[in-house]
Amino acid sequence: MQRYLIKRIFQMLIVVFLALTAVFFMQFLAGDPVILLLPMDATYEEIAEMRQRLGFEDSIFVQYFRFVSRALRGDFGQSLRHPQTAVQLVFSRIPATLELALIAVVVSLLVAIPIGVLSAAFRGSWFDQIAIVITVFGQAVPGFWLGIMLILFFAVTLEWLPTGGRGELNNLILPIITLTAFYAARFARMTRSTVLDVLNTDYIRTARAKGLTERRILYKHALRNASISIITLLGLQLGQLLGGAVVTETVFYWPGLGRLLVQSLLNRDFPVVFTGVFFIAVVHASLNLVVDLVYLLVDPRISYD
Amino acid sequence: MPMIWWLRKLIQSPTGLIGFIIILTVIFSSVFAPFIVPFDPNQADRPNRLRPPGTPGHIFGTDQQGRDLFSRVLFGSRISIFVGLVTVIIAGTIGTVVGLFSGYFGHWLDSVIMRLVDVWLSFPFILLALIINAILGMGLRNVVITLIITGWVIFARLVRGEVLALKNRDYILAAKALGQSELKIIFFHILPNVFTPIIIISSLQISQIIIAEATISFLGFGVQPPTAAWGNMLSDGRNFLFNAWWMATFPGLALAFTALGLNLFGDWLRDTLDPKITK
Repeated sequence: MQRYLIKRIFQMLIVVFLALTAVFFMQFLAGDPVILLLPMDATYEEIAEMRQRLGFEDSIFVQYFRFVSRALRGDFGQSLRHPQTAVQLVFSRIPATLELALIAVVVSLLVAIPIGVLSAAFRGSWFDQIAIVITVFGQAVPGFWLGIMLILFFAVTLEWLPTGGRGELNNLILPIITLTAFYAARFARMTRSTVLDVLNTDYIRTARAKGLTERRILYKHALRNASISIITLLGLQLGQLLGGAVVTETVFYWPGLGRLLVQSLLNRDFPVVFTGVFFIAVVHASLNLVVDLVYLLVDPRISYD
Repeated sequence: MPMIWWLRKLIQSPTGLIGFIIILTVIFSSVFAPFIVPFDPNQADRPNRLRPPGTPGHIFGTDQQGRDLFSRVLFGSRISIFVGLVTVIIAGTIGTVVGLFSGYFGHWLDSVIMRLVDVWLSFPFILLALIINAILGMGLRNVVITLIITGWVIFARLVRGEVLALKNRDYILAAKALGQSELKIIFFHILPNVFTPIIIISSLQISQIIIAEATISFLGFGVQPPTAAWGNMLSDGRNFLFNAWWMATFPGLALAFTALGLNLFGDWLRDTLDPKITK
């Protein structure tokens, strides 16, 4: 167990390191920001002097080494558009994104798991049919368009809710519905198919033969085994949920990390973009590790020794 | 499997049939758009700006420059279909080849490629696409390149998994014993057996790619105005939500309709080709 843990942490560090390297190359390919830092009428000499001073004239290896050693100290440079450092800017936006993402995940699970389990338990029933249609729609409707339609209906036409922003409970409702619609659809389908697979196994047949009630079979046996796939999917989705936040935050003017990244990309404020991206990669890798460890708790058959 | 078998299977499944009809409709309208549309999609008509749907001649209304929305939605389908098909074909080919080699040769090659895939997948898809697009620059061609760079990993991972399951089968070992070259084994014996999952994942990936393109263009990257693409039309529509609801409604409906058709058809294809997988 301990050896496995060390191995997994080591693997995670490799992925984080590779992500850092990928970020460096993206930054390298994006070009130097000197043009953005200087006034429009800067002379060629001024540009060359600035490039020299910021180290863009050094070889790629020197630049890479400097980048990594700074990153290890948590220094990702200065924002090109704001007075703060990139790290300060990114961290100031994280609470807003976490608030949105966590509530959306919890709501999605609360909606999706009962739907998925009931759908599987009553396969072919009208409930199942309706659930399938709704989940297929939920996956087909693009998140940003759903967001716009919700604004059109609840904010513009009915004037019940604000069109965007953050601060009050009212502001949360539409973004949460937008994020939940897509993720709940995915979780529900996943739960349904996993529970169906489990219900077809021999030990469920044995449990039925023993005369256990359907309810007991479903909750005691099927759901417990289905939970592994659901945890995996959840772990993978949490990273992508931050991607969903990019779009949802932009639509609802939600002052989170996603919106910051889109604005910074449009402004070509690359230090902020890459800090944010690196942060997301680290969160993603850590979540994968947590998911692996949660397996151990949920499924006694899995052992990593 | 003969055509008639496919048709019979399709008719038996209402959802598959609906998906198929939607796809045919979208393809038909994109191919014949120039002959169907009543107006040039880029022709501004200032006096007729922001007309609501149902205005004579403008079934979907007009936008802020007086351009006919119906014509623009129809022309927008061309961008979506083009991006979806071209991206999936190229990304699918690259991913398949990488997955075949990675899975077949294993060892350090596999480790290196799979770590690369891990890193790729540790960035949210849409964010990675936005960054690559910002670096490459905007425009249709760069959107396709962006989506290929972000999209190949899904195929590589899928194919690699399939190859791992296949490469120790008896018929592969027999081919090896007969002295066939590695390349011949990979492309003639393994590839045909991973086709089914590739087809299934491709059909489902097309809708993801189409939505991704629209999202990128919506956020201000990707396909730029005045070219009619559903994403940038939605971006315009969002700015006119208070006085022209139709501008954001119809391009989005077209997008959701297309994605729905592709997903229904993809699900049907998966169920038909691979009976092992329960829905």
